[in-house]
Amino acid sequence: MVMDITSHTHHISQQYNIELEAIRTHLSEMGGMAQRQVNDAIQALIDADVERAEQVVRADSSVNSMEMSIDEECVRILARRQPAASDLRLVIAVTKAITDLERVGDEAAKIARLAILQNQDGLAPRGYIEVRHIGELVSRMLQDALDAFARMDAELAVAVVHADRTVDMEYGTAMRELMTFMMEDPRSISRVLNIMWCLRALERIGDHSRNLAQYVIYLVNGHDVRHSSLDAIEESVHPKG
Amino acid sequence: MTSSSNLESTKLEVKSLNLYYGEKRALNNVSMVIPEKKVTAFIGPSGCGKSTLLRCFNRMNDLVDGCRIEGEILLDGSNIYDKKVDVAELRRQVGMVFQKPNPFPKTIYENVAYGLRLQGVKSKRVLDEVVEKSLKGAALWEEVKDRLHDNAFGLSGGQQQRLVIARAIAIEPEVILLDEPASALDPISTLKIEELINELKHQYTIVIVTHNMQQAARVSDYTAFMYMGDLIEHDLTDKLFTNPGKKQTEDYITGRYG
Repeated sequence: MVMDITSHTHHISQQYNIELEAIRTHLSEMGGMAQRQVNDAIQALIDADVERAEQVVRADSSVNSMEMSIDEECVRILARRQPAASDLRLVIAVTKAITDLERVGDEAAKIARLAILQNQDGLAPRGYIEVRHIGELVSRMLQDALDAFARMDAELAVAVVHADRTVDMEYGTAMRELMTFMMEDPRSISRVLNIMWCLRALERIGDHSRNLAQYVIYLVNGHDVRHSSLDAIEESVHPKG
Repeated sequence: MTSSSNLESTKLEVKSLNLYYGEKRALNNVSMVIPEKKVTAFIGPSGCGKSTLLRCFNRMNDLVDGCRIEGEILLDGSNIYDKKVDVAELRRQVGMVFQKPNPFPKTIYENVAYGLRLQGVKSKRVLDEVVEKSLKGAALWEEVKDRLHDNAFGLSGGQQQRLVIARAIAIEPEVILLDEPASALDPISTLKIEELINELKHQYTIVIVTHNMQQAARVSDYTAFMYMGDLIEHDLTDKLFTNPGKKQTEDYITGRYG
């Protein structure tokens, strides 16, 4: 189930087309920025690259200010245009999505700060394989969620919700593994804890990506699938009979 | 929402209605149910048949030359187009308010009392009571109680429209038809009319035709979208304005060219 992505450009009012198109474009830009922050933070951690980590921490404020400016655009559209139907759902989905993206940015900054902390110890890395693995999964989820938004593609959104399950499972496995490291070598506890915080942040980014995907489903077919089971979400996108 | 709709009873039912003005067909096989004590709004572009359909409910179209109707409209289960129906009595049951306020060139009091006098009511006590009750019902009493015997033309447009509504409810109708009741009014008067509609629906079944979609969204429980004589979609207003079922509806309420 894919919505016509040009549908927001068919209004009688050209200015309205421009305004709706602008919030979509700005959401994509903000998503791209949040995604780059996540990738850079993971890379900074793995490469022990303090400079890059510091950059990520600094750039977080740009993500925050984008949230505020898009929010303002949405409020303006609500006040001036009184959007209805799919236009209304677009504006509402965007206001929700930017909140999640802002939090994604916060989680990336958290990972970057932990990378800086980790580097000050300078011991052999443990648990980086897990960070890389889960990091890749989550980064992919975020990418797909943003693509689903840009293309208004409910199918891809459902795939993102599925992927969140996988991430949660991998996260559980990684936690158990890291605990055995701590038991084997109590001196590693503080370092391994930092890695655990990073994994926790990644897992949260996965949750935010899942939220984004759920807003896409709402945008496309009007069903609010938050707090719904996977089966119910599937059903809303592919109604049986 | 679904639970409440189960409790609703049907006030008006349109069954396979076709309406022709001469050769031209203005309504195509329209069927719908208007629930009792709810507000149903008709929206659609000019010439879509929404006013024509509204006028069918109290047989105003009988007055139009060359107008011919097929199908039925049931009011409380009986066909209003049946030969036995007394049209004057039907119009007492189904009152109507038009776009431009049309008070009679009489005093405020006489405007409201008019219908009762026509029915032969002479008792001043009864008339006084009904005039006060109706003006209160139309949210106009406080503004006019000290000048009931002034000419109605001295009132503002919004007040005149509420006076006309008072005149309509004085004869205790069951259904009130409103044809663009606020389109000639300023925003504040419009809000007063909308507030009044909200009050009136506790007692009356209301059908409103409006060009203003936000108004339909604000005041109605159900909305019907019509296009070129067809009833395209009829659903809960909440549903129709957030997630319409038909693309034509979507295009219209979001201001797209179809």
